[in-house]
Amino acid sequence: MNASPWDSGLREVCTVVAREQETPSTVTLRFEYSKEAHPGQFVMVWLPGDDELPMSLSYTGREKGVTVKAMGDTSRRILSAGPGTKIGIRGPYGNRFDLSPQHILVVGGGSGTAVLAPAAEEAHGQGAEVTFALGATTAREMLFADRLRPVAKAVHLATDDGSAGHHGYVTAVADRLISEGGFDAVWTCGPEVMMRKVLAAGERASVPVFGSVERQMKCSLGLCDACALGPYHVCIDGPVFPGHVLRGLEEFGRSKRDPSGRLVPV
Amino acid sequence: MTELKAEVGTLSFRNPLLLASGIWGESGRSLLGAYEAGAGGVVSKSIGAEPRAGYPNPTVEQYGQWGFLNAMGLPNPGIAAYPEEIRIARQGGAPVVGSIFAPTAEGFAELATAMEPTGVCAIELNLSCPHAKGLGSEIGQDPALVAEVTKAVRKATKLPVWVKLTPNVADIALLAEAAERAGADAITAINTVRGLAIDPILRRPVLANGLGGLSGPAIKPIGLACVWQIFERVKIPIVGVGGIRSGRDVLEYILAGARAVQLGTAVATDTVRVFSRISAELEKELSSLGTTSLSELVGAAHAGRDQA
Ligand SMILES: Cc1cc2nc3c(=O)[nH]c(=O)nc-3n(C[C@H](O)[C@H](O)[C@H](O)COP(=O)(O)O)c2cc1C
Ligand code: FES
Repeated sequence: MNASPWDSGLREVCTVVAREQETPSTVTLRFEYSKEAHPGQFVMVWLPGDDELPMSLSYTGREKGVTVKAMGDTSRRILSAGPGTKIGIRGPYGNRFDLSPQHILVVGGGSGTAVLAPAAEEAHGQGAEVTFALGATTAREMLFADRLRPVAKAVHLATDDGSAGHHGYVTAVADRLISEGGFDAVWTCGPEVMMRKVLAAGERASVPVFGSVERQMKCSLGLCDACALGPYHVCIDGPVFPGHVLRGLEEFGRSKRDPSGRLVPV
Repeated sequence: MTELKAEVGTLSFRNPLLLASGIWGESGRSLLGAYEAGAGGVVSKSIGAEPRAGYPNPTVEQYGQWGFLNAMGLPNPGIAAYPEEIRIARQGGAPVVGSIFAPTAEGFAELATAMEPTGVCAIELNLSCPHAKGLGSEIGQDPALVAEVTKAVRKATKLPVWVKLTPNVADIALLAEAAERAGADAITAINTVRGLAIDPILRRPVLANGLGGLSGPAIKPIGLACVWQIFERVKIPIVGVGGIRSGRDVLEYILAGARAVQLGTAVATDTVRVFSRISAELEKELSSLGTTSLSELVGAAHAGRDQA
């Protein structure tokens, strides 16, 4: 059951307390924001005088954080905010990962690992065994491998250029791990083509997969339809969806809506 | 059995609860979702001639428990792409009212012509948009422009024409009269109420556009007053909008003079299940009033006032 937007909608002005360059392309901003949040949820981050973007929480405790790859000019400007910068935060919005599985495989591609990290840490804290398959273009772009080692049963890496771990896509690693068995859930976030492959592997092995999906957001309240994905609204029904739902969606991995509402390729 | 069927002129809806324009309206699948959840019909996002991205974020700001301010900037996929969305909603059985906006009367007429073959059951004119010649003011604030636009659309289509009015005027009934004289089939009232949110720490407006429009519970009394005043001055049916969250709210709008209503903000605050919940509440309201039909209650509060 989702909470009513009345609960999380009030915006707060927060101060950035730390800015961390995680990889050459990925930055973490930490800020004090007291509202309770759960792994999987996202906040709307506003750089005053500039744009506001949805960002999944990479840290869900009292000192919250977002870890994002600068995709366009707007995110680049937001991510340049150094300590002391005032930013507007509202949320958290959306659903969360179900933390009850006991043997979890986490498959993260690029900055997709950001939303998976707090979920994995919390599941581990509750006694789950967590295995990681993390992918990146190159070793220096590998996100959170060091952060996650303390909670990992094992960490498997894959890079496109072979500079760390398996030379190739992380989906090959995930495929092998899933087919070897032993998992009661797979969590994934990353490029949608990657997630589609993980979904297929999970289906072959009859392991439930949960994927965190990204779409543009405007209201993040279930009003404006900017985040429409099939019959769902990512801001209120997601961002975490069961694999069987995602597999049934024509648009997933193929198209998304642009700011005018037109369908364009992902 | 209570009868929730609602009639707006020649159109009949299975219940009086329509989805308001701009809410869940970009995708046909979302429109259909509102219908499947129990809406009597749906109004499309306001569609213009070209695709529009709208304003940058923040486009929405919550006003406590009272409502939301929004300045979306009329984002829409444009009339060339949108018929496919209407087709999807129609295929699932949803009656769709096509909302349009343009900077000129000719622009409105062209969009109405393009909307007609898509299978919409009526055209709603969103007049809360700037006029090409206007100095920052909206078409819906000038009776002469309202008449000009309504007349042009009336000529361009055989479909019923609903004129949606802004409450940001001194006398909304004057604009309703202008629309009626120009051939409108119904009046939709109200669009959002002009408002502003300022952040005191940042000392700046929150919405990227500065000014916005207020929706939700805060504007219910304003919407009711507008419907009330319009009912006293025009004969064509009225569709009431603004702050509706319960069967009791709907009843109040109907007693003020509305034949049907639209829900916007409540779809977010109360989830889309609000349609089936309000339908159930409305049936209870009706039976506790000892009546089985909505239509006999339309405008009934006006008679009540005369007797008092
Ligand atoms: C996010 C948002 C977008 C809207 N977009 C439109 C629009 O495109 N066209 C229009 O005629 N009205 C638009 N409206 C106004 C609504 O249709 C409705 O008139 C108003 O919200 C009052 O109803 P409510 O209190 O039930 O939300 C929009 C309202 C909101 C909150
Ligand atoms: S972002 Fe507006 S409905 Fe999801």
